[in-house]
Amino acid sequence: MTRKGSVQQQARHALLGLSDERVVQMYETMMLARRYDERGQLLQRAGKVNFHISGITQEPSQVAMAFAMDLDKDYFLPYYRDYGFVLAVGMTVKELMLSLFAKGEDPNSAGRQMPGHFGHKRLRIVTGSSPVTTQVPHAVGIALAAKMRGDRSVSLVSFGEGSSNQGDFHEGCNFAGVHKLPVIFVCQNNGYAISVPMSKQSAGRISDRALGYGFPGIRVDGNDPLEVYRVFKEAHERAIAGEGPTLVEIMTYRVTPHSTSDNDMAYRTKEEVDLHKAKDAVPAFRAYLTEHGLWSDEREQELQTRLRAMIDEATTYAERAPFQPVEDAFRYVYAEVSVHGEGR
Amino acid sequence: MAVMEYIEAIRSAMKEEMERDASVFVLGEDVGLKGGVFGTTKGLQQQFGEMRALDTPLAESAIAGVAIGAAMVGMKPIAEMQYSDFMFPATNQIISEAAKIRYRSNNDWECPVVIRAPIGGGVFGGLYHSQCPESVFFGTPGLKIVAPATAYDAKGLLIAAIRDPDPVLYFENKKCYRFVSDEVPEGDYTVPIGKANVLREGRDITVIGYSLPLHFAMQAAEELAREEGVEAHILDLRTIQPLDREGILEAAAKTGKVLIVHEDNKTGGVGAEVAAIIAEELLYDLDAPIRRLCGPDVPAMPINPPGEKHYMLNKDKLKAAMLELARY
Repeated sequence: MTRKGSVQQQARHALLGLSDERVVQMYETMMLARRYDERGQLLQRAGKVNFHISGITQEPSQVAMAFAMDLDKDYFLPYYRDYGFVLAVGMTVKELMLSLFAKGEDPNSAGRQMPGHFGHKRLRIVTGSSPVTTQVPHAVGIALAAKMRGDRSVSLVSFGEGSSNQGDFHEGCNFAGVHKLPVIFVCQNNGYAISVPMSKQSAGRISDRALGYGFPGIRVDGNDPLEVYRVFKEAHERAIAGEGPTLVEIMTYRVTPHSTSDNDMAYRTKEEVDLHKAKDAVPAFRAYLTEHGLWSDEREQELQTRLRAMIDEATTYAERAPFQPVEDAFRYVYAEVSVHGEGR
Repeated sequence: MAVMEYIEAIRSAMKEEMERDASVFVLGEDVGLKGGVFGTTKGLQQQFGEMRALDTPLAESAIAGVAIGAAMVGMKPIAEMQYSDFMFPATNQIISEAAKIRYRSNNDWECPVVIRAPIGGGVFGGLYHSQCPESVFFGTPGLKIVAPATAYDAKGLLIAAIRDPDPVLYFENKKCYRFVSDEVPEGDYTVPIGKANVLREGRDITVIGYSLPLHFAMQAAEELAREEGVEAHILDLRTIQPLDREGILEAAAKTGKVLIVHEDNKTGGVGAEVAAIIAEELLYDLDAPIRRLCGPDVPAMPINPPGEKHYMLNKDKLKAAMLELARY
């Protein structure tokens, strides 16, 4: 081979239209999510907070899908492990910490909901609950509203592979297929629904189900964030072009127990977990950046120092912040009638 | 004012609100081209197009869930459950989602959805086209629940429900659709949610209820006035959540003898809560024990005519219960 085409010499991220700055930002966000998550586990173990639920190893794909979205127009319906996703669309570590400590200033719920139950209207993150998959029809309704109003808006909704067995998954996908709505359904298949492995959740591939709904279903390796980005970019383009929904199944692995209340060694082996820990996409992504001259040990050190300070500050702030006063328990059951409003 | 059928009042509320506000739309099974299995949405698709009178797949949780999603981003959906018997698959969406969206987000998000569902029997619908599911949803904070008995209230409450910033369950009585007609004003008016209404003034006994059985109570009251000189005071709750506490207490205090009626079965029904409110505040002002006349505690009504008749309330059952209370 004497000549390489110029295209072949371009880095993968450049081919996907991601600038050097953006791809560095992706890495920093993955690392932020990772460090936040580790701190959450630590705070629970130290007895500072009651509960934490982790998204470790899923952050690279979560960040990648967020980077393919339009933060000004799209709506986001994440699930409870989506720290990488919500951080990438604009939630701050301080806000996550306020939620973890269940404090009044938490924008997700003022400390009413468990951590991981995201909601932030300004960031277009739609409030979610604990009964899984209820958010899928909501994403479809939001997409229906976009179609009716002619908005160039896409809804992205994520859920686990266990959740994909709920009726709301089927009902939501089917509805969106019929009306060719701009929705991206994201199954983050991490292999376990608490203790029940994928083999006992479904005998088929989740992505194959899309065939029955009349739209594409794509399975993608969650440890390859650039490929994840490509798939979501394409799904987003299809949605905006009026070509309808896409189902994306992200293949990943949950290396942590289900939550801080779970002992995963009761149903799987350390060897199995270690095997997947070795495939962690965060160091791999760092290696990719280094290889393309975008990262260095010095930058890594600077990043770790910066993230540490940010998380420390957020932890201190959230720990000291007040809870919502108990007298506010009766607020917002219904809309509060304004002084100018008509009596209802 | 024109005399209008109850079903026409419901339709005109939807039509007028859809004309007034482009964010109002109807979705459900058969609501579009056919205009609903009862004809409630007749003509809406022809006037407003396929999207605003939307025929959905046969899947109730999606009908509710899609409406909830649209409502959260500023639309004003009216989701129709074809029969209230079929809304149970949507219960999770209604109780876990719609009812809690404002509260769980500390007022960041809201869910101004209306879910309409026909209730009640007497139409040879058997177990699954006849039920009154109010008590399943009653007692869920965050939901408002209305159940009109007249055409006037059917229109005014539906307009109020559509304009309400919170989720409203609108239980329309399918027996009332064509059985009930009364004067309905042209155009825009609302009936306030949370306010009961005195249907008949009387000094001897108080009847409190909602929906179809109130018509039996009204007929019985006329006969009792004529034949026995008993004057019944009749209160239409109209809204069953939140209950009009003051209205209930005032009506109970008026005669000191209270009969509560509804077609939903007795145990755990709305009537139990109404009785508890009266007992908490007015026990020593009562001249008789609080009575309830309700559907029997069986799973649902049968389709065979004697069985259905046995289950349903009617004028004679009301009259007997009212007279017995008057004589106490």
